[in-house]
Amino acid sequence: MIPNLNNLPTYDTVGVNERVKRFCTRSIKKSSKVEGLKLALNMIDLTTLEGKDTKGKVQQLCYKAMHPHDTLQNIPTVAAICVYPSHVSTAKKALHGSGIQVASVATAFPSGQSNLEIKLDDTKFAVDQGADEIDMVISRGQFLAGDYQFVFDEIAAIKEACGKAHLKVILETGELDTLDNVRKASEIAMYAGADFIKTSTGKIHPAATMQVTYVMLDAIKDFYLKTGKMIGMKPAGGISNSKLALHYLVMLNEVLGEKWMNKEYFRFGASSLANDVLMQLVKAETGIYQSINYFSND
Amino acid sequence: MSRLDIHKTYKLYIGGKFPRTESGRYYAVNDNKGKLIANMCLATRKDFRNAVVIARKAQNSWANTTALNKGQILYRIAEMLEGRKEQFIAELIVQGETKITAQKEIEAAIDRLVYYAGWSDKYQQLFSTVNPVSSNHFNFSSLEPVGIISIIAPEKQGLLGLVSMIAPAIVGGNTIIVLASESKPLSAISFAEVLNSSDVPGGVVNILTGKKEELISHMASHMDVNTIVYCGKDEKDMKTISELASNNVKRVIFYKKTNWDSDESQSPYFIEKTQEVKTTWHPTQV
Repeated sequence: MIPNLNNLPTYDTVGVNERVKRFCTRSIKKSSKVEGLKLALNMIDLTTLEGKDTKGKVQQLCYKAMHPHDTLQNIPTVAAICVYPSHVSTAKKALHGSGIQVASVATAFPSGQSNLEIKLDDTKFAVDQGADEIDMVISRGQFLAGDYQFVFDEIAAIKEACGKAHLKVILETGELDTLDNVRKASEIAMYAGADFIKTSTGKIHPAATMQVTYVMLDAIKDFYLKTGKMIGMKPAGGISNSKLALHYLVMLNEVLGEKWMNKEYFRFGASSLANDVLMQLVKAETGIYQSINYFSND
Repeated sequence: MSRLDIHKTYKLYIGGKFPRTESGRYYAVNDNKGKLIANMCLATRKDFRNAVVIARKAQNSWANTTALNKGQILYRIAEMLEGRKEQFIAELIVQGETKITAQKEIEAAIDRLVYYAGWSDKYQQLFSTVNPVSSNHFNFSSLEPVGIISIIAPEKQGLLGLVSMIAPAIVGGNTIIVLASESKPLSAISFAEVLNSSDVPGGVVNILTGKKEELISHMASHMDVNTIVYCGKDEKDMKTISELASNNVKRVIFYKKTNWDSDESQSPYFIEKTQEVKTTWHPTQV
């Protein structure tokens, strides 16, 4: 059932900005920083969503997912690979036995401008190919027009089509204009059956910001207090350096707490973050500032 | 009515901006009577790291700026410096120069910039070659900038030494991070103001002030720095630099001379030292 959207808390942008600023002032040093970096690496959905993606590129990325670095000891793998449906089988095969999930975007990603039938087929195709997780986009047009029931029904239908696969719902916050809308969309997605809510496709600017992520975490908290169900969070797009990733982890810890501090409930959707985290880990180990030239692109 | 003089706050120069050091630390620079002249930023390895990131971003477009344009910009720096001569003379005097030596230093610095401005579209012709080879190839070698250079500027001549290091490095398309003279840093930061008003793109020249002993190891070891230039005679420093630079096979250049006044202090070979030679084999008959 679609929740009552009239009694939701509203967000003051200035207040949220101030709150977010606080998360960026925590001092995290030495061993805690290394632990934080490793956790961040383990939470990455290594992503390639380009028209020019090929089988070779996806295989290469899968190798990177399993072996992030040649010489660093005791580092985790990333959480998942995120690709288009047509590359799911390639990724699935390449990652066999590694425990790394394959996530696929679906439902006419990134615009979502298609009919339900095609979106369901898109989803089923990805699941049939072996996707463990589906990243769907909501219909922002309908949402902004106020047709919340439509958005809710669509998510519920896709959830059904997912079967066992986890469903991440992309709100595309860059197109929702206000924080109140972000909260509203989060509620709709969670009540419609999302396992994760995700900020952005990465194709629209602005992509993930700490402000919208904060609002979504707040929504997850309220949902948990009401229903006892833990929903995951995935900020995606624009998180390209370790420092920012650590700020997100601080925010996650202070808003939702330790239960959420793992890859089951938090992911970073990113392509270049992994290399920056690796550079910082090598720096922590050797004391020498690193150059991107010595880290593989994919 | 009497008024209070307004003194300048000397800050760092990174990415075309004048930030304070991230650490908030300072060190005092005194004149030879022990009177405080200024508080200078004590830059940290993090300031250096930030400067490298910015220099890397600026490198490609600076290297692709036409030789004509680079020459114009260097000449523009000279023009701006000429206009602020009096200020630099005053600053050099405060740091221990006499009126005559100060005047000589600033004039030499201006002339040096003009000298390298002139070389901007000529050094390539001097050092590039067509090589005779015994196969059917047109074989030629040309110069490309090494990339990012960290420079430890001469200690004695705070302005002339600095300019003598900066000009040949940037005319060759490199971007640089310079650690100014520890004891005579004032004119380095004033020179940054000149750079900032001379169409030098932000990030091409970055100037730090601080302690050599704190920064040298990071300037030598940073994997994204391609060359390190050290001016000085300290054997221990040179050993540290040589060892750490080997990590990414950085090019290491030592200048032991202290006087940058002489005719031998300027030469196209100073440009060539921070250039990489690329040789191309082009088939001529197939």
